[in-house]
Amino acid sequence: MVCQCCSHREAVVHLTDIVNFNKRETHLCEGCARAAGLIPSSDAEAAGEPAINLQALVQFILGQPPAADPSGLTCPDCAMKYSAFRADGRFGCPTDYDSFREPLLPLLERIHRGLVHRGKTPRRAERHFRLAALNAELHAAVAGEHYEQAALVRDRIRAEESTDES
Amino acid sequence: MNLDLLLPQLGEWLRSTGPDVDVVISTRIRLARNLAGFHFITKADAARKAEIEAKVKDAIAQSDIAPKLSFLSVAELSALDRQFLVERQLISRELATVLEGPRGVAFDERESVSVMVNEEDHLRVQVLRSGLALDESWDIINKVDDALEARLAYAFHEQFGYLTACPTNVGTGMRASVMLHLPALGITKQLEKVFKALQKINLVVRGLYGEGSRASGDLYQISNQVTLGRAESRVLTEITDVIQMIVTYERQARQLLLQERKQAEKDRIARAVGTLGSAVMITSDETMELLSAVRLGIHLNLIDDIPAPVLNQLFIQTQSAHLQKIMGTPLDPEERNAARAKFLRNKLRELGTL
Repeated sequence: MVCQCCSHREAVVHLTDIVNFNKRETHLCEGCARAAGLIPSSDAEAAGEPAINLQALVQFILGQPPAADPSGLTCPDCAMKYSAFRADGRFGCPTDYDSFREPLLPLLERIHRGLVHRGKTPRRAERHFRLAALNAELHAAVAGEHYEQAALVRDRIRAEESTDES
Repeated sequence: MNLDLLLPQLGEWLRSTGPDVDVVISTRIRLARNLAGFHFITKADAARKAEIEAKVKDAIAQSDIAPKLSFLSVAELSALDRQFLVERQLISRELATVLEGPRGVAFDERESVSVMVNEEDHLRVQVLRSGLALDESWDIINKVDDALEARLAYAFHEQFGYLTACPTNVGTGMRASVMLHLPALGITKQLEKVFKALQKINLVVRGLYGEGSRASGDLYQISNQVTLGRAESRVLTEITDVIQMIVTYERQARQLLLQERKQAEKDRIARAVGTLGSAVMITSDETMELLSAVRLGIHLNLIDDIPAPVLNQLFIQTQSAHLQKIMGTPLDPEERNAARAKFLRNKLRELGTL
């Protein structure tokens, strides 16, 4: 039997899980099982640690690590807890949008049926985003050793920055 | 600023001069904005609110916003003056009575632009226009917003747009609302059908004074709900299309009334004028109902001795804070009902309708 992960080596680890009466079998080679953390590395084995990592096994079967309960999330900026936000529907500070991002996305989707802003952008922010994009372009050009291209991008950055001052 | 000077004048939204003004009373667009580097209002103490107020006040004073705005500290106003500004749609009920600490409003002489400070968001910019004027209102508010943004750093997120205290406003921060007078759709019992259709396309219906207020005098505000993922221009086009449809329905319903029960309507309107001109005690609710009938009468050409601007004058000046200012004395609810009736009697007598 071939490993389902790399479709290459012989499968030696066989997992069977049954969820809601649905049986699912997974067959992996030793290398892929080790990569998923299902069996310990040879060092750990030598150190006499348990042969099966239960946490990794559960994670592997369920796919994603179980999402943390969002009610405990706390914003580092304003100290608001996610549970407090859900209780009265008001954020404490702009950073909450990033601090509570994960649980917020489905909420915003429900309210607006959209997740990405379209429309007006403050001129300041426009410049900021434009500069960030140009800087990224510059780095890529330098990394790829496209120096002529890099020089052009640098000129555009300078032009952008000089309009900022005016 | 002496607020009493506003008393005799009709604010922009009641001028009754704009497009489709037989059905559309007024158009309002507001933008919610917050300053970068500050917590939202719920997490801001009095000192921070004062700092925000000072920053915004400064920005307004230094910017070249046209029309020119003057700033008022709402915290320093009497309860009566605050209520007066609510009735004129220059501030929200929240800013007047619920919120505490440093907060203010800046508005122009014509009462067409207002900027509330430390409401639910640090800034609530609003533009009012008589009649159906969404595009014109957007042009104005966009410029006011640009002028403020040149001096204030807004909290803005690359993905989520303008960040607001409530997730229902994030993105554009824009709420566009149109106030409609829909008596004929009410009489012909078609309102529910219209409102159900609106909900399906994410438009919200509210009463005269916004969120939570009930519809009185057949006045309804229709506004957008979605602020994230749709550009302002698209939202405005969607609302304009829908409003034009409702305006058409209301006009059709009015024609139907004229065809099928002209005498009955004429009678109802004449009785409304009669009650307004002869009552000794009258509540604000009853006044609204009766003025609604008169407004319909004016636009159906069933009465010609009350011009529309005068009707709007009666509408605004019979509200509680206005009435108390006109009488020059605080009045309890019962005294208000008597004062309102007296005011209406005198006004209608001046017009010679009685």
